[in-house]
Amino acid sequence: MNFKAEVLEKKIINKPKYPRKSEAIYNTEAGRIQKRIILDKAAKILFLLSTLFALLVLAILIFRIGHQSVGWLSLKFLKGNLSIFPEKAGIYGVIIGSIRLMAVVAPVTIILGVATAIYLEEYASKGKLQAFINTNISNLAGVPSVIFGLLGLTVFGRLLNLGSSILAGGLTMSLLVLPIVVVASQEAIRAVPGFLRDASYAMGASKWATIRTVVLPVALPGILTGSILALSRAIGETAPLVVLGIPTLILKIPTSIMDDFTALPIQIYYWTLDTVLTAEYANLAAATIIVLLVMLFLMNSTAIFIRNKFQKRY
Amino acid sequence: MDKTVRVKDIIKKNINSNKNRQIEKIMPTLFFLAATISILTTIGIVSTLVVDAYKFFRQVPIKEVFSTKLAPLGSNPSFGILPLINGTVITSIIAMGVAIPIGLTAAIYLSEYASENCRKALKPIMELLAGIPTIVYGFFAYSFVTPLLMTIIPDLGAKNALSPGIVMGIMIIPLVASLSEDAMNSVPNAMREGALALGSTKLEVTIKVVVPAAISGIIASFVLGISRAIGETMIVVIASGSSKNFTFDVTKSIQTMTAYIVEFTSGDAGSGTLGYYSLYAVGLILFVFTLLMNLLARYISRRYREEY
Repeated sequence: MNFKAEVLEKKIINKPKYPRKSEAIYNTEAGRIQKRIILDKAAKILFLLSTLFALLVLAILIFRIGHQSVGWLSLKFLKGNLSIFPEKAGIYGVIIGSIRLMAVVAPVTIILGVATAIYLEEYASKGKLQAFINTNISNLAGVPSVIFGLLGLTVFGRLLNLGSSILAGGLTMSLLVLPIVVVASQEAIRAVPGFLRDASYAMGASKWATIRTVVLPVALPGILTGSILALSRAIGETAPLVVLGIPTLILKIPTSIMDDFTALPIQIYYWTLDTVLTAEYANLAAATIIVLLVMLFLMNSTAIFIRNKFQKRY
Repeated sequence: MDKTVRVKDIIKKNINSNKNRQIEKIMPTLFFLAATISILTTIGIVSTLVVDAYKFFRQVPIKEVFSTKLAPLGSNPSFGILPLINGTVITSIIAMGVAIPIGLTAAIYLSEYASENCRKALKPIMELLAGIPTIVYGFFAYSFVTPLLMTIIPDLGAKNALSPGIVMGIMIIPLVASLSEDAMNSVPNAMREGALALGSTKLEVTIKVVVPAAISGIIASFVLGISRAIGETMIVVIASGSSKNFTFDVTKSIQTMTAYIVEFTSGDAGSGTLGYYSLYAVGLILFVFTLLMNLLARYISRRYREEY
């Protein structure tokens, strides 16, 4: 295409039989073609710029936050306990809180998500119920996270009396990211080729044996990738935890899932709000963001690694 | 011969084994129960919101709800929801003003202009941008974008509607871009080639052929973007403050529905007070808003999809 356009351009330039009046040139056939070509090129540059804008923002964001965290992000910060004095504060308990939260979210979402996907793909008859559950799941995926916070506050926090414990936060978060795991697992299970199932049945295996020994192992990379992406969403999600009333400045390191806790995004939130009082809190927030982003980066790279390394195409 | 007999035996044993049969019967039930969790979640959301919102609407006259005065903690509390809806609409409009043009043009570039290698390099960056937690965007809006905008608009407040709106738009760019790109990618190449063969430039092919053919997916991506903007919480909580004024001035602090919920739950509204119930009323309106948007997006992409 580009080559053709260039040839066309040359032809226009080499044939001076058209009038050369500069105002009139765009009214001629050749002039109009030239205008269209210029417009096309300008548009290409414009489109490229808006794509690069996203890249630029990402670069500024990381550079800026990294810059703010310089001098604050140290081993002492990672190992220390929370404190109201910026120079003494550390986020060891916060990191532990986030990890324990994930330790609740991961098994709950993976077990429920994969089981739901197996039901929808393997057992459910293609009918209204299956369509209903599918629609329901995609609607849930679009519900704002703050609403899940209200659900968690009412059901887990007050009704089941779990307060603002790790369990309450973890269950709320699990419901929030469940659709991601379900959809990813459904896709992974759907991608398992039919001949593998047929071969298993031909060998006399039952349905559950086929799912357990053939379908799930083949679908595992896809399921794991989806699960890690869901966890990386959960670890950065703030609104549901704030609504649940997860406090800040918890000095005790949580040891059981019924303990109160604080998590990385929560700590970022309160430190950001309190920059009005103490300017250095902005640096602490930035340093915590870097820790969060590094965790996210590690999780996402693991997901991509699993996807590339273990996913077979049939 | 010996072997065959043994396999037969094994099969017979397996078929007759009570345990295996029971597992075969139990597993589907277990999986079904897991699948009902998602339905229960929906029921849970709707019922918690409706029950407590009902308590709110029973006590507050509807005329007060649709007023512009919101003062939930005053001695004479007033619960007008219009300031919150106004705040949500304003920040969403700003966000979409950023996300639609940039997201769509980025999608056009990725789908129509970029080489395969270029696309492979740029798409992960878009995904990275989409994976950043909103709290990080909130911090970015408050500590970088607001001060930056202050150099241009001197009387911009430290908390305002403009900065979170813009950052929210940036957050939504990857969503709009990737969904629109998917829609444009599914336009068959034969249509592009036909237009190119007639002498169109790439821009003309894009504007006159590809975009119209993919319009249902593109519009659906916009609607989903709006839904994201309405439901977005942390950016507006941090960067737009909690002023409950009914104003169209984007340089002033405003509050969105989501921010109201966060402010009130992390504040000290005791269970059973009118303020506590107002949370659920706002939550219900928010839920209905986003649900309608999501359903609309699905309807558009189904109803107006052109099949090739």
